[in-house]
Amino acid sequence: MRQLISFSLKRFKNAKIIEAVDGVDALKKLSGPEKIDLILTDINMPVMDGLKLVSLVRQNAQLKAIPIIIITTEGAEEDRERGLALGANAYISKPIQSSHLIKTISELLAV
Amino acid sequence: MNEESSKAEKFLELFNKGKEFTEELLRENQRLRFRLAAMETEHGSREEVDRLRAEIQQLTDENRRIAMRFKEVEEENKDFAHRYIEIEEQNNNLANLYVASYQLHSTLDFREVITIVQEIVINLIGAESFAILLLDEKTNELKAIASEGEDVMPGVDTVSARLGDGILGQVAKTGESYYINQDVEGSGTIALDRPLAAVPLKIKEHVIGLIVIYRLLQQKDSFSAVDYELFSLLAAHAATAIFSSKLYSQSERKLNTIQSFLDLLTTN
Repeated sequence: MRQLISFSLKRFKNAKIIEAVDGVDALKKLSGPEKIDLILTDINMPVMDGLKLVSLVRQNAQLKAIPIIIITTEGAEEDRERGLALGANAYISKPIQSSHLIKTISELLAV
Repeated sequence: MNEESSKAEKFLELFNKGKEFTEELLRENQRLRFRLAAMETEHGSREEVDRLRAEIQQLTDENRRIAMRFKEVEEENKDFAHRYIEIEEQNNNLANLYVASYQLHSTLDFREVITIVQEIVINLIGAESFAILLLDEKTNELKAIASEGEDVMPGVDTVSARLGDGILGQVAKTGESYYINQDVEGSGTIALDRPLAAVPLKIKEHVIGLIVIYRLLQQKDSFSAVDYELFSLLAAHAATAIFSSKLYSQSERKLNTIQSFLDLLTTN
């Protein structure tokens, strides 16, 4: 999935993609020196899932303003509502449509 | 794509100009009608009235012509908008196909190839429950080597079939894909031996296994056009990737054995 997303993000010429293997790794990278403009996360991840990651990012004063997009196989309305209630800005259900992903990112980043 | 977009913008600009011009003409037309009426009441000269009538006629014709052109351009713009959407969809589909084929041939590790096939089936096709079966050529039996969604389709992890028997066996024997439209048939009829789709993994005409799909994700009603493209791609590329990675692992094992043997010989 990461490859498909990376490929889709090539449309954004200056985008730098930082990959993380799970929620804990993502938090580590978010606390690093790089300024992150957007988080794309799955829900089903090992060690720490995407919902926990969203919740922790929203509680962190330095990170809470970063827009978050959840990309997941969980397509039920209650899953969507749960993700958005935790603070995600957008919720995309699989299968991934790169045009939809690009449109959502463009809207969130206003590019 | 940008060219299409800028062309569409130019047309929009042209509409707006046309609209403004038409409105101006209508105002002028109105003004002249008032003027004519005023002159008629003031017993103005016959020549002046005729001239103004001719001018009104001319403006009315021009107005009609512009309105027609406006309609034509509007149609053209609609056509461009449709084409833009179609191209965008094609781009999207090509991106999916590119990533799928790129991923399939990115490794020679057998387990990794299987994981990639699983990822493609989940992320790009949107399957919730499926199995990858490989054909054992000695026993002519198809056996599941990987699966997903045991919770929604119990037994998917142990699904098997004999070559030629049932739907799965027939797909493996004939090399022809099998599909049910979930919308039409309903998911209630799906069983381990009656899947939603069964796609043969083929190297030319030689079937080495199957991808069998039992359920799609909740948010996906039925297969789309690009899914069939992905199935064709999987049928050929996944088969080659699986086969070559298997051969590679076998040759690696053989190489290790020979190397160990040689080491043993040289140390003695």
